[in-house]
Amino acid sequence: MADDRDREGTEIAVAEFHKKIKDAFEVFDHESNNTVDVREIGTIIRSLGCCPSEGELHDLIAEVEEEEPTGYIRFEKFLPVMTEVLLERRYRPIPEDTLHRAFEVLDPAKRGFLSKEELIKHMTGEGEPFSQEEMEEMLSAAIDPESNSIHYKDYITMMVIDEN
Amino acid sequence: MGCGISSSMKDKKSEKALKAALVIQNWYRGHSAQLKTRQRYALTIFQSIEYADEQGQLELSNFFSFMLENYTRVLEEDPELVTHLSDSNIQDKDRQDYWVLIDVPDSYCGPRLQFPLTFTDIDLLIEAFKQQQILHAYYVLEVLFETKKLLQQMPNFTHIKTSPSKEITICGDLHGKLDDLFLIYHKNGLPSVSNPYVFNGDFVDRGKNSMEILMILFVSFLVYPSDLHLNRGNHEDFMMNMRYGFTNEVLHKYKLHGKKILQVLEDIYTWLPIGTIIDNEILVIHGGISESTDLNLLHRIERNKLKSVLMPPIPIDGDHATEKGNKVGTTITARGIRTNGSLSEQLTKHEWEQVIDILWSDPRGKRGCYPNTGRGGGCYFGPDITSKILNKYQLKMLIRSHECKPEGYEICHDGKVITVFSASNYYEEGSNRGAYIRVSSGSPPRFFQYQVTRATCFRPLYQRVNAVESRAIRMLKERMISQKTDLIRVFQLQDSSKSGKLSVGQWAFSMENILGLNLPWRSLSSHLVTTDKDGNVDYMSSFQDIHIQKPVKEVQSTLIETVYRYRSDLQIIFNVIDANHSGLISMEEFRSIWKLFKSHYRVCVDDSQLDELTERMDLNKDGSIDFNEFLKAFYVVHKFDKLSKSDTKVL
Repeated sequence: MADDRDREGTEIAVAEFHKKIKDAFEVFDHESNNTVDVREIGTIIRSLGCCPSEGELHDLIAEVEEEEPTGYIRFEKFLPVMTEVLLERRYRPIPEDTLHRAFEVLDPAKRGFLSKEELIKHMTGEGEPFSQEEMEEMLSAAIDPESNSIHYKDYITMMVIDEN
Repeated sequence: MGCGISSSMKDKKSEKALKAALVIQNWYRGHSAQLKTRQRYALTIFQSIEYADEQGQLELSNFFSFMLENYTRVLEEDPELVTHLSDSNIQDKDRQDYWVLIDVPDSYCGPRLQFPLTFTDIDLLIEAFKQQQILHAYYVLEVLFETKKLLQQMPNFTHIKTSPSKEITICGDLHGKLDDLFLIYHKNGLPSVSNPYVFNGDFVDRGKNSMEILMILFVSFLVYPSDLHLNRGNHEDFMMNMRYGFTNEVLHKYKLHGKKILQVLEDIYTWLPIGTIIDNEILVIHGGISESTDLNLLHRIERNKLKSVLMPPIPIDGDHATEKGNKVGTTITARGIRTNGSLSEQLTKHEWEQVIDILWSDPRGKRGCYPNTGRGGGCYFGPDITSKILNKYQLKMLIRSHECKPEGYEICHDGKVITVFSASNYYEEGSNRGAYIRVSSGSPPRFFQYQVTRATCFRPLYQRVNAVESRAIRMLKERMISQKTDLIRVFQLQDSSKSGKLSVGQWAFSMENILGLNLPWRSLSSHLVTTDKDGNVDYMSSFQDIHIQKPVKEVQSTLIETVYRYRSDLQIIFNVIDANHSGLISMEEFRSIWKLFKSHYRVCVDDSQLDELTERMDLNKDGSIDFNEFLKAFYVVHKFDKLSKSDTKVL
């Protein structure tokens, strides 16, 4: 009995996930032909609340691409893969305090800020480096023009409020 | 410090830093994606509502047909209506010449044009408009009449040749956004013999400088008639102008001569060419094509017979001509309803459909050709249709406009169709870029993008996205409130336990059905309703912070909602009825029109309620209604807003 209810519960959850995924996909499906440009898949996946790294994203794309990559991803291939991701709650987003601690690691002197040069050095030099466009975009919102630095606590608070 | 740190500690430190960088990058990419998605959702909302409005416009034209068909009956019942509806009897010839009598006072310090026009006049206008001067009606009319004379000599399609040293620039919709035209002329150079341009329609409506754009384009055309090409768009249409703002702009800027200017414009629109063909390879038209597009026919038709592309030929069917006996055709123009039109003054239905397809259609990925349900006119055409039509006429590419694209342009159908849209920030500051294309034979097209930003207004992405999103949500909420009664009815039908709650799925389904907007409702729900921890929606919560102002307390909500929802249509209807632009219609006229309106739009509203309303609103007690005041009384109040009136763009 309990199993049946569980199964029904999962079925409903899956149905809702399907609709959510469809909504997100359609917004980027410009020609309304159930395909999206592969370059927008990352945005779609992230808009559904998941935060894969670039490497994980790369793997996901490989799963949903055609045998012979066309530059487009079809909804039929995307849906089952994305549903699994949501059901398994993979690629959970970074919690606010983890983000804060990450900034603190880069600021060992505990000044409360990073200079523009330091931020650029870390973001474009290490990890999964930012493109120039990504870097410029982050700087435009994060840097306080008077001190030419990012006060990361305030920045995080501002971004998080914005998201909610 | 130096060598004091062991290498393993250094590794550990850099490993920590690496991990930290990864965390920040990961978080940022997620955050950035959320912003882009929200921006995209906002655009989807704007676009859905825009197209739904266009559908409303076409429904309105159906109403006019309906009204005209019932015209004789209305005539019998209400002879007073006749005096307002009939055409004034001034001869065309007289109209043509009266503008020379307009006096330009010495105190006028705006630009003065010298005929025949030269390129210095283009500069003169640009400089003047940059300082927000208004061109005197005398010069406006002079430009308009000269433009009309020249356009009458143009064929339906202009054939252009380019060469490697003479590229041509193609621009899309400008929609009254003067800054974008300034930017294009600045970045790409003024038009000249060596720098030809095609402007692909929709110069007017929505933006606040449609008049200035027309003046610059027409003057450019008069100076370089062989090198400045103008194609008609679906907004070069007096009926669209009534709904989308250009008519208001003209009447506001030209209080004395505005009506005259509008009349001349109505004619000029019909003389605008349908398209251009470049190097016998590229077809440039405003909207798109259909599977039955017949370019040969389109070359031949008398394009000036299409007053408003929204007014289908009456009688609807050529066959009915004999049936109606000696009843001559009736039609609606900016001058009101004319009963002296004859059938030979109109195109056939087939010809009319061909032009609607050209001006209204949109390309889509799905193969085949389907009615364009988003806009209500023209069709959606697939890549197979594009190939078929291009092959049929030995063309290689279609360049069109008509749809706003985030990047200003978009290529589809395997590179065969390009959309170019030149009004940046079309929906809202930051909503999209504009673009233009440079083409020459033998080379691939080159794209140029831009975005007009007021220097003081440069804001980071998240602020711009917030602004666009708030505006979109606000517009959406206003749509919701205008159908509040219907929405609540459907919600309650599904809420058998009367809990006031529905599942997100049920709520989304209802919203889509009643509002008729294909939107990602689940993703938008957080902006529109409150949800509890189980994920269920409190459906009444949407209506808590917004309501429509009730001009008269005792009137039912359904009537208020109906008038609010159809306020644009009613404004247009009243404007057409009020041919002499007095701003007033009599109570009887109002009732006759309302009766027709009710019947055609099938609204269920108690007539006695309407009487109650109009009695209260006839403040002068003289039996006439100032319909502008009447309609302005219906507006949406956003509870937590600094502004008390809706500031949406409609009228």
